[in-house]
Amino acid sequence: MKTLLSLLRNNLREYGMLIALVVIMVFFQFVTNGILLRPVNITNLVLQNSYVIVMALGMLLIIVSGWIDLSVGSVAAFVGAVAAVLMVKSGLHWGLTMLICLLVGALIGAWHGFWVAYVKIPAFIVTLAGMLIFRGLTLLILQGEAVGPFPIPFQRLSTGFIPDLFNIQGFHLTTMLIGILVVIALIFIDYRSRKNQQKYGFEVPPMYFFIVKNALIAGAVLGLSYLLASYKGFPNVLVVMAILIVFFAFISSQTVIGRRIYAMGGNEKAARLSGVNTSRLLFMTFVNMGVLAALAGMIVAARLNTATPKAGVGFELDVIAACFIGGASASGGIGTVIGAVVGAFVIGVMNNGMSILGIGIDWQQAIKGFVLLMAVFFDVYNKNKG
Amino acid sequence: MSEFILEMRNITKTFPGVKALDNVSFRVRRGEIHALVGENGAGKSTLMRVLSGVYPYGTYDGQIFFEGRECRFHDISESERVGLVIIHQELALIPFLSIAENLFLGNERAKNGIIHWNEAIAQAKELLNRVGLHESPQTLIADIGVGKQQLVEIAKALAKKVKLLILDEPTASLNETDSDKLLSLLLQLKEHGISSILISHKLNEVSRVADSITILRDGTTIETIDCRKEVVDEDRIIRGMVGRDLTHRFPPRHAKIGEVIFEVRDWNVYHPLHADRKVSDNISFYVRRGEVVGLSGLMGAGRTELAMSIFGHSYGVRISGKVFRHGKEVDVSTIEKAIQNGIAYVTEDRKAYGLILIKSVKDNITLTNLSSVSHRGVLNEPREIRAVMEYRERLNIKCSSILQETVNLSGGNQQKVVLSKWLFANPEILILDEPTRGIDVGAKYEIYSLINQLAEQGKAIVLISSELPEILGMCDRIYIMREGKLIGEMPSSEASQEAIMKCIMTQ
Repeated sequence: MKTLLSLLRNNLREYGMLIALVVIMVFFQFVTNGILLRPVNITNLVLQNSYVIVMALGMLLIIVSGWIDLSVGSVAAFVGAVAAVLMVKSGLHWGLTMLICLLVGALIGAWHGFWVAYVKIPAFIVTLAGMLIFRGLTLLILQGEAVGPFPIPFQRLSTGFIPDLFNIQGFHLTTMLIGILVVIALIFIDYRSRKNQQKYGFEVPPMYFFIVKNALIAGAVLGLSYLLASYKGFPNVLVVMAILIVFFAFISSQTVIGRRIYAMGGNEKAARLSGVNTSRLLFMTFVNMGVLAALAGMIVAARLNTATPKAGVGFELDVIAACFIGGASASGGIGTVIGAVVGAFVIGVMNNGMSILGIGIDWQQAIKGFVLLMAVFFDVYNKNKG
Repeated sequence: MSEFILEMRNITKTFPGVKALDNVSFRVRRGEIHALVGENGAGKSTLMRVLSGVYPYGTYDGQIFFEGRECRFHDISESERVGLVIIHQELALIPFLSIAENLFLGNERAKNGIIHWNEAIAQAKELLNRVGLHESPQTLIADIGVGKQQLVEIAKALAKKVKLLILDEPTASLNETDSDKLLSLLLQLKEHGISSILISHKLNEVSRVADSITILRDGTTIETIDCRKEVVDEDRIIRGMVGRDLTHRFPPRHAKIGEVIFEVRDWNVYHPLHADRKVSDNISFYVRRGEVVGLSGLMGAGRTELAMSIFGHSYGVRISGKVFRHGKEVDVSTIEKAIQNGIAYVTEDRKAYGLILIKSVKDNITLTNLSSVSHRGVLNEPREIRAVMEYRERLNIKCSSILQETVNLSGGNQQKVVLSKWLFANPEILILDEPTRGIDVGAKYEIYSLINQLAEQGKAIVLISSELPEILGMCDRIYIMREGKLIGEMPSSEASQEAIMKCIMTQ
């Protein structure tokens, strides 16, 4: 029989960062005397990190393609500014504004994608230029000022919660029920994929591993649902985020486009000679990134209820770090959506926990940098050993 | 002092699964030009890599003596220090640095890390004079032709105080005048006591300048001919190169050859960097149903370039000409269109162009035709797995699981994955570029059997190979290429190794 230890070692690469996340959470839960996992703080944690996760989904695909996008912070700020000008200064309807903003994001993505995919300028340079260009344009259209406040429906994107159908005082039953449904769905999907793998004679981890794994995941989802339910329920932005995570996890692992992106990042020439239109694919990857950066820009603006010229400074670093902490390879071809999400939470929990502890921004940055390096080192070490 | 400047004794070098050199002995006299000839894959380059320390001491068996002393080189810089300089077929010059900078690269005329430009340029002028190249030392390498670049390489060797110069196919990419110049330079250097080893496929050149000729075949020394003792002509050399019993067997084929299904007419392709160099010069050929057509020629003859330019214009610029399938002209201007039109190209470089090494056997095989295992863009995993399992069984791919990364497979199994992936695209015309390079005899036989099966199914196959026995054993008809031109065509019933070699070698 395989010992639990060898099983753990084999799966360390896959679950290593998840375990690290749990350790970090337990650590901060302990040193903050339980503040970290209080319902209010959990809600805040989600709200504060939603934009990083949204952008990490797009960034992951770009990194898997073998490139990088440094412009996302500036693009988010620019789109937030466009939204502010349209709604506050021109009085445009919030719904129409959101549509226009997503389109603007797509156009910016297309701009970057054009230079990278068709003119073959390295993405590092193109998006470094984009970072400067869109920061400058943000200042320009805001004329150096903060613009706000926004219409209430727009603000709800970030500050609203899903409606409760039951009206029980002090407990958001809808949230709890959704949590339970999600758990059932997750277990069902995992079970089916396990059955499928067995059918084709692939080696699967033993049953007890499957049970323990699913019990842990169920516990985490139910716990999170319970905590949020005992405050105001699921925030709207969490729902948006969850849908996007599921969507991109599906795209990356179950579709032709996803498979081709991984192939392109693994060996661009071989993919091209296999009939993959790598230029168009890379272009679309950047368009996708632009749309997600636009969405993140609106989430940030809605949360602060103003668009400011300084919004989104340094976001790109958190987003890129999230992908690498989550196991993406800088040379392309490797990385998972779930990994990037876990990476984003690692960064988010550290930001949040250190803020609660009153650690200054100076040390926060230094510690985050160190964690990034260690996470990647861990990955490289595992790879060389394996 | 011994009469030999270099003695290599009983050199054996093995790669995983292949014995590249088997007990080879090789001696070069002081002040001679010694030619090393043999077919591609005979072990010439491997022998020179052992000599120059690219394969360090300890990775081969045997001894090397240079000027009477035993040498144990661990890298190239050690062999260069004693005066052994190798000039590779692909020149090792940096295009955007000047001639002078290249001449002294790694060997700079400097004091405490600061370069003496005046001294460097003065010395560069002197060196360029010695090799008869009249260019300013400040000219960029990118601005001079290949012939002159060869001279710069030799000047660079002189700067390192070379005693034994090794040239690997130095005239392969040169025209006649440049070749002549280079060869007379070698004769001139000989007068000054510099010995050279010349690896060349151009036997007329070899018989013109060489004092001795050593023939390698299948990793062993066949003979060393002393040109001062006997008259050596090209036929004499060719006999030594190819005179062997067939070492591999070819399975019999029972394919019925039908009508022409693939035809290329007036195909012209230019080099992507050297705008006026034609790499395919007015080429026309055809392939019939169930026929295996060989494309023979030496390395650098332009076979791969021809194949890739036809396959979705994936090589070259200013491509012109027409491609017909079943008599109808088809568009092959992008790889997607070429695949749609039933063409598959199996690359000669499976690691760089064939496989995504970090991905699984499964992901590699289905990449060429994902639409057949998906529905509206969503992959149908059970269907994909079934398809891949089928190919694994049919081609006997040895892997621990179809999820194993291809980087961990042996060469033969990697090649089978590449073939599977192209069979999965269900092509009608298959261009196989060196499909058995670097794989063991057993896997070769399996691949030959597969080629036969495909021909029997009525596919048209173009086989590019540098191994003449393979061409002769597998093909129904043979085209011969040299320097971007088709220079001959013969049915295999009339072909022999000597006939093909003669066609290639005689100008």
